Amino acid sequence: MYRIEARNLTKTFKTHKSRPGLLGALRDLFTRQYTTITAVNGIDLLVEEGEMVGYIGANGAGKSTTIKMLTGILMPTAGFLRVNGMDPHRERERFVRTIGVVFGQRSQLWWDLAVQESFRLLQHVYRVPDDVYRRHMGYVIEVLDIGDLLDRPVRKLSLGQRMRCELAAAFVHNPPLLFLDEPTIGLDVLIKMKVREFLREMNRTYGTTILLTTHDLSDIEALCSRVVMLDKGRILYDGSLEELRRRWAEEKRVVVEFARPVPVEDLNRHTADLPVTWEQEHPYRSRAVLHQGDGALVSSLLARLQTYPVTDVRVEETSTEEIVSRIYAEGMARA
Amino acid sequence: MRSPERNPWWWCRPAAGLARMWTALRPYVEWVRLRFLLMLAYRVNYYSGIAVYTINIGAYYFLWKALYQGETTLGGLTATQMTTYVAVAWMARSFYFNNVDREMAQEIREGRVAVELIRPYNYLVVKAMQALGEGLFRLCFFSVPGMVLVSFLLPVDLPESPHTWGLFALSLLLSFVINTQLNLLTGLMAFFLLNNEGLMYAKRVVVDLFSGLILPLSLFPEWARAILVLLPFQAISYLPTMIVTGAWTTAQIEQALLVQLVWSLLLVVPIRALWVLARRKLVVQGG
Repeated sequence: MYRIEARNLTKTFKTHKSRPGLLGALRDLFTRQYTTITAVNGIDLLVEEGEMVGYIGANGAGKSTTIKMLTGILMPTAGFLRVNGMDPHRERERFVRTIGVVFGQRSQLWWDLAVQESFRLLQHVYRVPDDVYRRHMGYVIEVLDIGDLLDRPVRKLSLGQRMRCELAAAFVHNPPLLFLDEPTIGLDVLIKMKVREFLREMNRTYGTTILLTTHDLSDIEALCSRVVMLDKGRILYDGSLEELRRRWAEEKRVVVEFARPVPVEDLNRHTADLPVTWEQEHPYRSRAVLHQGDGALVSSLLARLQTYPVTDVRVEETSTEEIVSRIYAEGMARA
Repeated sequence: MRSPERNPWWWCRPAAGLARMWTALRPYVEWVRLRFLLMLAYRVNYYSGIAVYTINIGAYYFLWKALYQGETTLGGLTATQMTTYVAVAWMARSFYFNNVDREMAQEIREGRVAVELIRPYNYLVVKAMQALGEGLFRLCFFSVPGMVLVSFLLPVDLPESPHTWGLFALSLLLSFVINTQLNLLTGLMAFFLLNNEGLMYAKRVVVDLFSGLILPLSLFPEWARAILVLLPFQAISYLPTMIVTGAWTTAQIEQALLVQLVWSLLLVVPIRALWVLARRKLVVQGG
């Protein structure tokens, strides 16, 4: 069974344009001009049980709108949508019992209540039996290390503390499917690692299916086997992270540092028969761009450098971050 | 966890049926309790309110006293009945009054309603339950002590029979339901208007005036009264308060309760319609 099955899913918004000036405002009173914005444009998405999927895209690409349709908040304009085998919008109350949602920028805990009271309330809302609650939440609280925060009011928590409590709150009813909308936004590295570790643990223990949107690609590198990239409401890429890297990665580069200044012409002459071009960064450091992905090329290159006093060698690969920002910038052109 | 499977035969076994009903209602009751506790935590805000209400009642008392110069009854009420009316009407208001419309408008404007929509409950019922928690708090810590205070200061004539108080309690509950329903309606308009500040203010003035809080309906001119009895507002203040003044016969009281009941059922229709419409065209503000 698919956890998420979306076919040709589309969402358009109608907004009215305001005409400029006082006269324009007066005219707006009588006749309004509407523009239709297509936030999500016919996407197909299939997610299977137990998958961890990263959903990425530039701001305004339509990520949040998709999540809101998948969680039953917004009604799709067109297309077919089944999540956990249900129509999220039409069967909302029954459906939301089977999902968990965490919005990084919006708290779902009750500001004035102690964390524990919020959990208790959710326990009643989701009708979790006491013994199940104690066993399961005891485990969640332990993994997230929030035992000390339980009797503090939410408004007195730091962002990192609150975020961990939000995650715990999303797991009160142990949903088989979890949506995370930028869960690590604004968190420090240690907390980020803790959050990721928790998500991996839940995925391992309960087989929780996870769909997460993020701007921090290291989240995806750490968690997701699959990436779905969205641009202007359309899916640009859907597949593994390695494949994404392979398809868009640029040439490998080798940075070499020398004990004395070495002119770049000398280096070029020495490696004239190799598919390599040198660029000088400064007299002591040059960069070789390898035009061919052959693994042995690095060793032949190093062999040629034996006559030079090399102090350091570093192999550079394009980071996922660079790849993705390049794809954002170039958009559909290269897809 | 997984939702309990539906058993269409639950009504064959009343005990199981009741247990199931309690399971279904339990989360909602939790909201009443929480709001009550929350109000208790911020109770200091309310001490000033008692003074404001007492001053209000006092001012109306002296106003009416001046109007009664040389008259024994006005609009079918004696001076003492009028004083009772004013005092009871204001104290009742502190129970049925709530800011649900304002809270909803704010949650909709800030996009927090999205979080409410991923919860397995009916948002509107939850809002009504929070209002009930707030109302019950004010009833316990505000209306009842306030009423005791007023009965020492002013010549009010409260009924002695528990039967009348019982009918009043029922009527007051219905007035809470109707007032909250009107608030839900105005609150829901925030989905369509995005700024319903003006509408909420207008509603507040209309409710205070047309419900008979400021002026009993019997004092309105004939033509105005003919219109007002057709509107739901009178069911909020005028009907329950008249039960306490003792100016009404049993038949009149029964009719009043019936009118309230009909309104509270009738108002469910537009609320449901607006809710369905709102969910369909919802735009979540701010990502």
